Amino acid sequence: MTGAEAMEIWDAACFAVSVLLIVAGLVFVLAGAIGVLRLPDFYTRLHAAGVTDTLGAELVLLGLAVQAGFTLLAAKLLLVGFFLFLTSPAATHTIAHAAYEAGLKPLLARFNPKHPSEAEPS
Amino acid sequence: MAHGIGLAVALALMWWVLSGHTEPLILFFGVLTVVIAVGFAWRMHVLDREGAPYADLHRRVPYWFWLGGEIAKANIAVVKLALRPDLDITPRLVRAPIAQTSGLGLVVYANSITLTPGTVSVDVNETDILVHALDSSLSGAEGFEDIGERSARAFDPAVSA
Amino acid sequence: MTEYWFYLAASLGLLLSMALMLARLLSGPTLYDRTLAVNSFGTKTVLFLCMFGFVIDRSDGVDIALLYALINFVATIAILKFFRYRALDIALARMGTEPLNGERQ
Repeated sequence: MTGAEAMEIWDAACFAVSVLLIVAGLVFVLAGAIGVLRLPDFYTRLHAAGVTDTLGAELVLLGLAVQAGFTLLAAKLLLVGFFLFLTSPAATHTIAHAAYEAGLKPLLARFNPKHPSEAEPS
Repeated sequence: MAHGIGLAVALALMWWVLSGHTEPLILFFGVLTVVIAVGFAWRMHVLDREGAPYADLHRRVPYWFWLGGEIAKANIAVVKLALRPDLDITPRLVRAPIAQTSGLGLVVYANSITLTPGTVSVDVNETDILVHALDSSLSGAEGFEDIGERSARAFDPAVSA
Repeated sequence: MTEYWFYLAASLGLLLSMALMLARLLSGPTLYDRTLAVNSFGTKTVLFLCMFGFVIDRSDGVDIALLYALINFVATIAILKFFRYRALDIALARMGTEPLNGERQ
């Protein structure tokens, strides 16, 4: 009886922790996506995409791994996170380096439009 | 030899995580693939300290945890900058000096700069790394020096060998 | 039951962020914006596959996600390499300048 109750409390705690992690991760993923749409030029958009690739993805995967418990599935989810952690900076650097080699000039002045609706250059 | 065994253990662990099988025949195939993979690594002369870095783990694992904390801090700063209703950013291109002596240390340094949101390494040459920063508040030289010093301590073999 | 609806809602959130990436992919002024959007879209696809496996209560999605994460990386490199050299059969290792600090010969 007490053992079953303890298991129930443990499951509820795991679910609460995973909900917290996944919601935080989704906030970062959506913030990164909005940033990619809003920011003015290519090099600044790289940073917004980086938010999604690092903290957003890792938090979501960690949340799912907590939900999976001590199983093979959790190990696989962590492996996905590990590969993303290794490949995302390499991919980001490759895109940035290719743009730089191709002669794409970054915007280096202060960017502060009057209205939020003008943030997107036409 | 020790590097070969270390690589074989890592490969076997990964094989089992990906497959999850315990039948004798499938296990035999798994062992066979591990042996073939280690054999290829030996023939390619990549069975070295860099391919099986278990002796350096006590210096590397703390570095990754420290970098995780830095990534979390930088993420919050970038999200605040990108989601302000009135967008106000001053992008900067700065050069971060290199203190690393090995290729691995340099790769980890450049990737750590890219992983920290708000800074992306754009171009790497012999003397410095060209870094694009989202805002002038994120391009301070002391941040790069900190990452460079810690990654050099954790990954350059000259200190430990 | 609450778990089911939570995972479904989270999957829809991921789909929304994928739609935003698609908007950047279609409107991105340069090739590099589009490549960045494709790469980021792939990362979100990986997350969506993992999440949707929990919705339908089958763990096969994670294996596909693992493969997708690796293919996504290789595809990004391949796209950039093709648009720089207009060919894919050039050895990347021989194209660089001098090796760093003469570490490898």
